[in-house]
Amino acid sequence: MAAQTRPKKPIRWHIGVFLAPAVLVYTAVMILPLFGTLQLSLFRNINQAQVFVGFDNFHTLFGDPNWSVNFWNALRNNVWFFIIHMLVQNPIGILLAALLSSPRLRFAAFYRTAIFVPTILSFVIVGFAWKLILSPIWGVAPHLLDFVGLKSLFTPWLGKEQYALTALSLVSVWQFVGIPMMLIYAALLSIPDEVIEAAECDGVTGMAQFWKIKLPLILPSIGIISILTFVGNFNAFDLIYTAQGALAGPNYSTDILGTFLYRAFFGFQLQVGDPNMGAAIATIMFLIILAGVCVYLFLVQTRLRRYQF
Amino acid sequence: MSTATHSLPRAIGAHAVLLTYTVIALFPVILVIMNSFKSRAGIFGAPLTPPTPKTFDLIGYTTVFGQGDFLHYFQNSLVVTVASLFFVLLFGAMAAFALSEYRFRGNTMMGLYLALGIMIPIRLGTVAILQLMVASGLVNTLTALILVYTAQGLPLAIFILSEFMKQVSDDLKNAGRIDGLSEYTIFFRLVLPLVRPSMATVAVFTMIPIWNDLWFPLILAPSEETKTVTLGAQLFLGQFVTNWNAILAALSLAILPVLILYVIFSRQLIRGITSGAVK
Repeated sequence: MAAQTRPKKPIRWHIGVFLAPAVLVYTAVMILPLFGTLQLSLFRNINQAQVFVGFDNFHTLFGDPNWSVNFWNALRNNVWFFIIHMLVQNPIGILLAALLSSPRLRFAAFYRTAIFVPTILSFVIVGFAWKLILSPIWGVAPHLLDFVGLKSLFTPWLGKEQYALTALSLVSVWQFVGIPMMLIYAALLSIPDEVIEAAECDGVTGMAQFWKIKLPLILPSIGIISILTFVGNFNAFDLIYTAQGALAGPNYSTDILGTFLYRAFFGFQLQVGDPNMGAAIATIMFLIILAGVCVYLFLVQTRLRRYQF
Repeated sequence: MSTATHSLPRAIGAHAVLLTYTVIALFPVILVIMNSFKSRAGIFGAPLTPPTPKTFDLIGYTTVFGQGDFLHYFQNSLVVTVASLFFVLLFGAMAAFALSEYRFRGNTMMGLYLALGIMIPIRLGTVAILQLMVASGLVNTLTALILVYTAQGLPLAIFILSEFMKQVSDDLKNAGRIDGLSEYTIFFRLVLPLVRPSMATVAVFTMIPIWNDLWFPLILAPSEETKTVTLGAQLFLGQFVTNWNAILAALSLAILPVLILYVIFSRQLIRGITSGAVK
């Protein structure tokens, strides 16, 4: 159409050539399967044929006790998993970033590098290393608690239903605290010196300076780490799978949506895999993540823009 | 700088907190590596002491190298990571150049479309990805993994690289055009060398999740031939639950390459994050 209205301008083929490979791979391997999965959740395999069943799979997921007990359990656990990250990981990350960004701090580069190490390790390593440390057979954890006189507090946390999920969430916090730390650190470094100097002239220093001046200025970054945490948590799978296996033991107490999806899709032990139910669970996860991203984009982002320079 | 904000107690407090957290962050890693060089009695008798001549033992490592085909898994991981990285950087840079350099109809829409994948994880499409790979006969091939990781890495790469490409001077590119260079030559000869530092940042960001991923190797390529080192380690650890020497040695072997790469590239990675590349 552009060629008709402005015949002088030739078609710029090179734009297409530059865009084509990325768009093709991205569309074929990411976008189409994503929609394919959403579509599969509306079908069911009856007598070797895919039959359209509307929202029946979702009815099964929410209502049929064979599925719904596990589903609500996984969702509840996932919410708790997220709450722990928000309450522990992000405040610790902000605290570390605030300390790191204090001017003339020595060894800052060393601390930064060391605290980020767990983040680059694979879940397999993290899951297993902590499983060994918390294991009552090895006795490292009780040994350490003994140093501070708290040996009586030790129980095999990963093996007890009431503690396992919290323990694993804290392991995940341990692994990922580096990400909020780095992003907040970057935000703190980008606050202009004049703002800080003006605050100091007005006698606002130390803690007051952090709460009244710096924190409002880094709110956009706190929004970003919150949404990153949200997406990461509702999509998590690897840590639970390596530490507790696909059954997310003990007695499904650490089951989250990712492990539930894996079991539904592939089957495990006595359960037969069902791609359509897997797709239904993936659709729910998609909607949860989409809702989170929308809340972030429309609510947080527009509110926070006021604070930006 | 006023002295009020940098008093001595404050500095000591900051160091105390940071040092404590550094110990928490490094302790498990050091513990695992330390104990992998000990005999069984040493591991259980005194887990917190470094290996002494009395407890030093390489039995774990000999078991690992005798049993698992780790070198082969390692090679698979390397092939998958390097190939995906190459395609992400090449395709990503090309698309980023098109989006940042040319004004065309649908430019913004295309940018948004490609940015969608930053927030929506590719994992959610797994059911249909597996069907696609089964239909095209790519199950249990490294190609399947490379395709998936390329698609996974592209959105963030395009987003970051187009930010940097906007900063490349227009005069330079226009000078090239006047000299009769084609758009392709301008991209490969003029622009790419200039954005090399940001390519390195993107490379590090792309590499870590690919190397560490367990989900897709487990689902798309679980055969013995195509196992990656992460999946191999996972299965190996499952088999040797009671052989602590072997487990600790396998964990150390899995930690070391990543740790070495990190020490080499940490400056690049941290500079990439703190320069606001992912804000």
